Amino acid sequence: MATEILMPALSPTMEEGTLAKWLVKEGDEITAGQIIAEIETDKATMEFEAVDEGTLGKILIDEGTEGVKVNTPIAVLVEEGEDADAAAASAREADKADAGNEEAPEPEQAERAAEAPAAARDKYRPPEPDRKPDWPEGTTTRSQTVREALRDAMAEEMRRADNVFVMGEEVAEYQGAYKITQGLLDEFGARRVIDTPITEHGFAGIGVGAAFGGLRPIVEFMTFNFAMQAIDQIINSAAKTLYMSGGQMGCPIVFRGPNGAAARVAAQHSQCYAAWYGHIPGLKVVMPYTAADAKGLLKSAIRDPNPVIFLENEILYGRSFEVPELDDFTVPIGKARIARKGDDLTIVTFGIGMTYALEAAEKLAEDGIEAEVIDLRTIRPMDTDAILASVRKTNRLITVEEGFPQSSVGNYITSVVMEQAFDWLDAPVINLCGKDVPMPYAANLEKLALVTTAEVVEAARKVTYK
Amino acid sequence: MAARRKSAKSNTSGDELLQYYRDMLLIRRFEEKAGQLYGMGLIGGFCHLYIGQEAVVVGLEAAADEGDKRVTSYRDHGHMLACGMDPKGVMAELTGREGGYSLGKGGSMHMFSKERHFYGGHGIVGAQVPIGAGLAFADKYLGNDRVTFTYFGDGAANQGQVYETYNMAMLWALPVIFVIENNKYAMGTSVQRATKSPSLWERGASFGIPGEEVDGMDVLAVKAAGEKAVAHCRAGKGPYILEVMTYRYRGHSMSDPAKYRTREEVQKIREERDAIEHVRDLLLTGKHATEDELKAIDKEIKGIVNDSADFARESPEPSLDELWTHVYAAEVPQEA
Repeated sequence: MATEILMPALSPTMEEGTLAKWLVKEGDEITAGQIIAEIETDKATMEFEAVDEGTLGKILIDEGTEGVKVNTPIAVLVEEGEDADAAAASAREADKADAGNEEAPEPEQAERAAEAPAAARDKYRPPEPDRKPDWPEGTTTRSQTVREALRDAMAEEMRRADNVFVMGEEVAEYQGAYKITQGLLDEFGARRVIDTPITEHGFAGIGVGAAFGGLRPIVEFMTFNFAMQAIDQIINSAAKTLYMSGGQMGCPIVFRGPNGAAARVAAQHSQCYAAWYGHIPGLKVVMPYTAADAKGLLKSAIRDPNPVIFLENEILYGRSFEVPELDDFTVPIGKARIARKGDDLTIVTFGIGMTYALEAAEKLAEDGIEAEVIDLRTIRPMDTDAILASVRKTNRLITVEEGFPQSSVGNYITSVVMEQAFDWLDAPVINLCGKDVPMPYAANLEKLALVTTAEVVEAARKVTYK
Repeated sequence: MAARRKSAKSNTSGDELLQYYRDMLLIRRFEEKAGQLYGMGLIGGFCHLYIGQEAVVVGLEAAADEGDKRVTSYRDHGHMLACGMDPKGVMAELTGREGGYSLGKGGSMHMFSKERHFYGGHGIVGAQVPIGAGLAFADKYLGNDRVTFTYFGDGAANQGQVYETYNMAMLWALPVIFVIENNKYAMGTSVQRATKSPSLWERGASFGIPGEEVDGMDVLAVKAAGEKAVAHCRAGKGPYILEVMTYRYRGHSMSDPAKYRTREEVQKIREERDAIEHVRDLLLTGKHATEDELKAIDKEIKGIVNDSADFARESPEPSLDELWTHVYAAEVPQEA
């Protein structure tokens, strides 16, 4: 049976090319892999190899022909005794019959594709978080630091499942650079509490591989600034594999450590990564404020089948909050918390931003302005329903974060509110962020670079026109 | 063609040779077909063919046991076929169809098979190296005696994360075999233009990792080296490096005009060192098979490849809903 040789596409974008030269002539015996022609694309001249074997029955496109469309028959291979012309004709017929199956999407399908996202996207949205309080009324609580709460969360989950382990710089014998892993080595031993060399890219990748291999790694970065060395493994390997494998393989891993500005450590050690990781589909991004949330969310993160970025804050490590005394206390990822009720404006924030928001709310209350403060807790997937419900009540919104202003988390929240609650807004939304400069070292400049309580108060007055 | 228990016999039997011949031929014919489908526009984007390097994976798979793991770069079609993945599923992934291993969402560079312990298919040069060590870390942690074959090229051998991984793999005695497939060119840059190191495997010495150079055009030499490396890892002695000297006949990807080397250089290796021809000679001179028997195998392989191409054309494109699936998992898709 005759086989047509078609003009090949020789690059991802090639649509046509020049048949520069035939290296064989009619009547030649062709073997698979033999270079039979040179073809010029817009970028280069490429050699073109035969895939099938046979006799070159007929050349259909002469050398030197320009603008030959991809998939145009350029020659016909025949088997012994076959007539070249007849074979060429019949091959073309067969090709026509075939063509229908291999066309690009038909217009109708293309239109459906444009409509599909909205409908299909809703179908695969994360389920609505329940709106129950985080713990039942009447539960006893005790005061605990964020540091202790994080340690307890890891210890409880490591007791619960043997495949949970923690690795990072100074997590074992040194007991943690910030003492978050204190006592874990004593309880769980060196098999499960593992000191790594200073090698973020490498151990982040080993963590990802271990997660592929059935373990539940907790990878501690001494600070998230150092995770920049590892960001390829976090984004390209951890976040995308579930999708790229069609759901076959995922990456259940927690990357945790302090994030954002600490105190007087200057530009390379003071940066908030909430917006960076919040950008990536496939990651969950958590940034707790209270000790209870730190504990409950870290336990949820360790159990989560997806890669979770768990952003802590050095300044908050030593702060104490009430933590419920429950055997197995978890906080669902993706659920915001109304930290303070109010009717006059909504302040959305997360992590250390809560400090400024709550202080500002107290000051505003003295003047009779009641702010509703929402602690987002999870950056991704974001509880936008909680934000929208509050904005529909207060009609005014400001966001507070320490990250840089351009493409901030607040910018995203603003766009959601514009799209879904525009008619409820009585004032433009204000996004309060860190200043658009690398963090300076000098104490006075550092203070100026961060968002302040005074700025929150001022913005609140602006949106309430008071 | 799954990974099999290694033969107790020290001499390679005719059956084994026939198996290697078949396995290597399947990869070559499959890749030629993939190149053809690419030329027809049925495969898009990047497509990196394995033609010329077949003896590397076939030899190492012959040294692997059931349950051993493998991970590699984007030049991954050969690895998938050699570890027993279905040619239909691989080809349909290349055409971006529903019947592909990743439902058409991964493409040539991103495929996985939990069942065959194939952990990708990674598109970022060198990123699979710490991942391979991580898989080995998991096996050691879980206390089984599996090993992980971590493949990368001479180009990736210059990535920093490779050496970060060597350091930890040796420090923690991880059962990982680092397989450097040295095909002499990192895209268009020859090894000589990329490093002054006389050899790549010797770099392991800085970390105390043993290794050796292997003739990657001789499937039996690869298998023997693989068995040695596997035994080293299973004995708990930590990682081992195999620098397998090989050659790719085709460009780096389909759109590579390969002007950095001469046609004569390629032709010389094809004629004098071809791995498939080598086994073919062994089969014929050792009277393990006749020309006719080999012809029958050729025909059978061609049939398998044509079936995979038919399947890859006929399998529908993924449904539009698939755009939104598998971004997040509701439960863990892999077993602990």
